[in-house]
Amino acid sequence: MPVDIDIAKVARLARIALSDEELELYGRQLGAILEHAERVQALPTEGVEPTSHPLPMTNAFRDDEVTGSLDRDVVLCQAPEAEGPYFRVPRILEGE
Amino acid sequence: MTDPADLTITAAAAALRGGEITSVELTEAVLRRAAVTEAQLHAYLTLDQTGARRAASDADADFAAGRDRGPLQGIPLALKDNLCTRGMETTAGSKILAGYVPPYDATIVTKLRDGGAVILGKANLDEFAMGSSTENSAYGATRNPWDPDTVPGGSSGGAAAAVAAGSALGAYGSDTGGSIRQPASLCGIVGMKPTYGLVSRYGLIAFASSLDQIGPLSRTVQDAATMLEAVAGFDIHDATSYRGEVPDISGSLTAGVKGMRLGVVKELSGEGIDPQVAAAMWATLDALSDAGAEVVEVSMPATEYALSAYYLIAPAECSANLARFDGVRYGLRVPGDTVEEMMAATRAEGFGPEVIRRVLLGTYALSAGYYDAFYGQAQKVRTLVRDDFRRAYEQVDVLVSPTSPTTAFPIGAKAADPIAMYYSDVCTLALNLAGHPGMSVPVGLDDAGLPIGFQLMAPALGEEPLFRVGAEIERLVGFDARPALATSEVTGP
Repeated sequence: MPVDIDIAKVARLARIALSDEELELYGRQLGAILEHAERVQALPTEGVEPTSHPLPMTNAFRDDEVTGSLDRDVVLCQAPEAEGPYFRVPRILEGE
Repeated sequence: MTDPADLTITAAAAALRGGEITSVELTEAVLRRAAVTEAQLHAYLTLDQTGARRAASDADADFAAGRDRGPLQGIPLALKDNLCTRGMETTAGSKILAGYVPPYDATIVTKLRDGGAVILGKANLDEFAMGSSTENSAYGATRNPWDPDTVPGGSSGGAAAAVAAGSALGAYGSDTGGSIRQPASLCGIVGMKPTYGLVSRYGLIAFASSLDQIGPLSRTVQDAATMLEAVAGFDIHDATSYRGEVPDISGSLTAGVKGMRLGVVKELSGEGIDPQVAAAMWATLDALSDAGAEVVEVSMPATEYALSAYYLIAPAECSANLARFDGVRYGLRVPGDTVEEMMAATRAEGFGPEVIRRVLLGTYALSAGYYDAFYGQAQKVRTLVRDDFRRAYEQVDVLVSPTSPTTAFPIGAKAADPIAMYYSDVCTLALNLAGHPGMSVPVGLDDAGLPIGFQLMAPALGEEPLFRVGAEIERLVGFDARPALATSEVTGP
């Protein structure tokens, strides 16, 4: 059975502005993919530990030494908009 | 005489050291080839002729001064365009990164430059490495040099096409669910995915971080070994990189397969596999058996669920990784009244349909109320897949299957059907879930003259047996066919 998705909500969470036609198309395609993905729910997994990473990993530490970093101006010159030492973006907070 | 563009890396390295050719001559031959083939293939997004010529003449100066920086000195190579190159545009095949010039080199690029390699440019790919045909590139599809009406596979399709056509002697790509092995198979070359963590991913534009790995595409198994050894090893900049000893690879390439146990994965070798692909696999196994290997069938039932688990895990991780493309620090920005409107408009404009599909899918699978049912369950299936591999390796040294269920398919054939496209990776992606090394080796051509690949899989850090069997297959099968397009002759009206 196709999975029913609130696709407008998902698109909002993903920060992608989609038209009504696009929402309809992606909603339908995702429903079909998730219907397929429901196969994994049929597998008995009681007591199975989830794998989040392929290797047994522990924190990787390095010595606490100051090292070089990227040049600020070189980094900022890739920004769509910069002002002084900052990335510039449109208004974040509502009101004055 | 062989056109230098058709030399293997091993042969070119010997010719460079024997004074039979200079790196400038070699590089010019490859650029000449690219000038002819690119009109049809579109394997490259950026071809840096000036930088390549400079690196080649530097390499020649080193040779003349008796400085040998390693086996890739003077060798012209391509890089998949999701590997950051300082001062050279890096787009990951996406409109959202059009014009992005990284301020730093990926660790493997640093290693290649230090080793004197000649970097030709950046190879085309499916946007952010999401796809199996290179049709998802925002800059147009790459075509297969064996038949330009077919796809080269993906997502490292530009890299595979360049190596097959002779517009690079070798290339580095990335493999998240088969993105090195599957295009290598469809283009008739060798493609190798190392053990997770063996090659630093610092500077690789991330797709799915628990699956991504960088590896070589080349014309021979020996070349792949040389390319892997040149870039493997711990890197302080990649917390997931492996701290132990790098496996010895080149040393055992001629050891043969006598006494080795090979397991054919039943679930990856029967249903859904093109009969000609299956026949080529069995013929190769017969040859290996004659050479002294023991061949058995192995059942790995959870691999049937690997595709479904993969298409939850990879999108979930991609939705998190691609959050960084928001119009703030680099790349495209579409104006908006608020920062949120700006981000949403930028991402809608900058991402192509497959990337949007996967980001939405991953966002959904990770969202409150669905996490356990989809993502959590997929991670448990991942454990079952790993358990299947562990049990299989109690019986055998190396597992085998076809690399791709079919040979190259026509351009456009699967473009409208995401799920059909996902099935292109059905044989390759279980390996990524396990984090193990794998390789595709060409073993023949089908009736249409398109290459067939044979997949080898080994346990974590099992590169030694993997390459040993790969090299033996190469000797036994003697695949030496080259695509018609691999020519520097200008033809046509």
